[in-house]
Amino acid sequence: MDQNTKIIELKGVCKSFDDEPVLKDLCLDIHDKEFITLLGPSGCGKTTTLRIIGGFETADKGELYFMGKEISDVPPYKRHVNTVFQRYALFPHLNVFENIAFGLRIAKTPEKEIVERVQEMLALVNLKGFEKRTVSTLSGGQQQRVAIARALINHPKVLLLDEPLAALDLKLRKDMQNELKALHERTGITFVYVTHDQEEALSMSDTVVVMNDGIIQQIGTPEDIYNEPKNAFVADFIGESNILDGVMIDDYRAKFAGHTFECLDKGFEKNEPVDIVVRPEDVDIVDVEKGMLTGVVTSVTFKGVHWEIIVDIQNFKWMIQTTDYCAPDSTIGIYIEPDAIHVMKKSEYSNMFGDYSSYSEEFDELSDAEAEIEEE
Amino acid sequence: MKKRSFIERFAAVPHSVWALLFIVAPLIFVVYFAFTDTYGNFTFDNITMLSSYTHIFVLSVCFALIATVICLLIGYPLAFFISQLKPKTQKLLVVLLMLPMWISLLIRTYSLLALLDNGGLFNSLLEKLGFERVKIVGTSGAVILGMVYDFLPYMVLPIYTSVSKLDARYLEAAHDLGCNNIKTLFKVVLPLSVPGVISGITMVFVPSISTFYISQKLGGGSFDLIGDTIERQFQNVSTYNMGAAISLVMMILILISVAVMNKFSDGDEGSVIV
Repeated sequence: MDQNTKIIELKGVCKSFDDEPVLKDLCLDIHDKEFITLLGPSGCGKTTTLRIIGGFETADKGELYFMGKEISDVPPYKRHVNTVFQRYALFPHLNVFENIAFGLRIAKTPEKEIVERVQEMLALVNLKGFEKRTVSTLSGGQQQRVAIARALINHPKVLLLDEPLAALDLKLRKDMQNELKALHERTGITFVYVTHDQEEALSMSDTVVVMNDGIIQQIGTPEDIYNEPKNAFVADFIGESNILDGVMIDDYRAKFAGHTFECLDKGFEKNEPVDIVVRPEDVDIVDVEKGMLTGVVTSVTFKGVHWEIIVDIQNFKWMIQTTDYCAPDSTIGIYIEPDAIHVMKKSEYSNMFGDYSSYSEEFDELSDAEAEIEEE
Repeated sequence: MKKRSFIERFAAVPHSVWALLFIVAPLIFVVYFAFTDTYGNFTFDNITMLSSYTHIFVLSVCFALIATVICLLIGYPLAFFISQLKPKTQKLLVVLLMLPMWISLLIRTYSLLALLDNGGLFNSLLEKLGFERVKIVGTSGAVILGMVYDFLPYMVLPIYTSVSKLDARYLEAAHDLGCNNIKTLFKVVLPLSVPGVISGITMVFVPSISTFYISQKLGGGSFDLIGDTIERQFQNVSTYNMGAAISLVMMILILISVAVMNKFSDGDEGSVIV
């Protein structure tokens, strides 16, 4: 994969709606042929960023380069990008064939070539034989494929996808994730993908851009984002995490929860306050006497592959994912390997995310947020 | 089946009685008169004599068609223009557009007459500016102008409704796939607003073809349209039967044209029941 050619560059992009800033000085490079995902909660500015690249919104300030050329004033129909819209926006007055052929007809492509390329697209998205169907008779997944085919047939340099799987049910969503990823590899087109689903972002992307409050929080590979979150927001938003207040006593030595741990982080000031992240699956459960910390199990939930237990350690509720069953109310010891501890500088998001004492409430909020997006 | 309540069962009774008395019964009379002579004997004479009115039918259809086409040509761009404005401005313009509809057609036609008459405002203005007076009232142009003037809102409103209901995502999708504004209009907006257009055409064509006072007032008596002919027949008891026959044929003409129109729309939102 050629990661060196920048295909799209956003420089200092600002955008407000009704004096409400949505994007604050956004800078982002998108490389040729990569699968990049803009990830964030609803209202973080990810869709606006996508719409600015597509040409449906104009930035208030800043520059947008496409293959080195500034294109802020270029209307959408002259840009070499195509969009798969959130609810597909298939034309109801046209059948599947004509929907897919739409872009080619506008470009006055010869009829013979149109037929060939539509057939090719139908094969690519597994919809052979659906040419004559009206779009209203298609299922959500089929409409999704038509929308992808309609965009890809124009051979865009960049394909923009705005939460394309949000309206599909879980099983179909997983299948489509795999198909989209395969499609990306087969076509070699740059994919810019917008989603609020962190799992989707991690499993599909080459690069993940975590956004919140109109600001990019972190850019990196899925592994980077998960293993080395830059701040408490990223750590909390991506996966589950125990975020604790701590102090860097010295290089490789972090103190939190009343215990000094060995870690792999360095380069902090002596005794600098920091945020500590420990992922629930990185905590080992040991006998009480061998434990670095000890606590009381307050709840146990069966999750299929593992148990999710909440442990009260000095009034801080940790989440631990383990394959060993622990009885509620039992006292356990925990052991944390040095490489399981991730140290982050303090940020505006420090102390915003508490422990897991209100886990169920947090879960409710999460599903509310998703419901909101559904309504959008 | 669910047991229906008293109110549900009898809610339609007042209208049913009304419809029976004032819609169904007159229709039966029309059919009866159309197939009888002055003495009440059954006859086909009225129908066969209709051939002598052919030119009136043709003229009426032509006038109504021309008025409908003009309304469409003015109304569609106007409706589209309004739909592109800010919501507040849209509301204001729609109210302005509906305002004339709240005034009696007769009064509107008379006011147009006052404007266009030989001694009217328009001609006085022309004279003041040093031009010669122009004879407008009494020409076919005046009749068509009257029809357009009276019925234009009925064209604009349904089109405006269907254009403004159009999902913005379709327009964005069209732009995304290479359409400039003009192409978007012809490839997406126009096809998706067909139901509104059909509605508009029906709502202008039907009253245009049956009007009588517009042609009487603005045509200055020189144009006999179906409406005028029917009115004249019913002013004399001896020609009731002829009037009924003409009415019957016109009604069938209108029903056929509405049916044809509805064929073009999907039949869901746009279809009009006259």
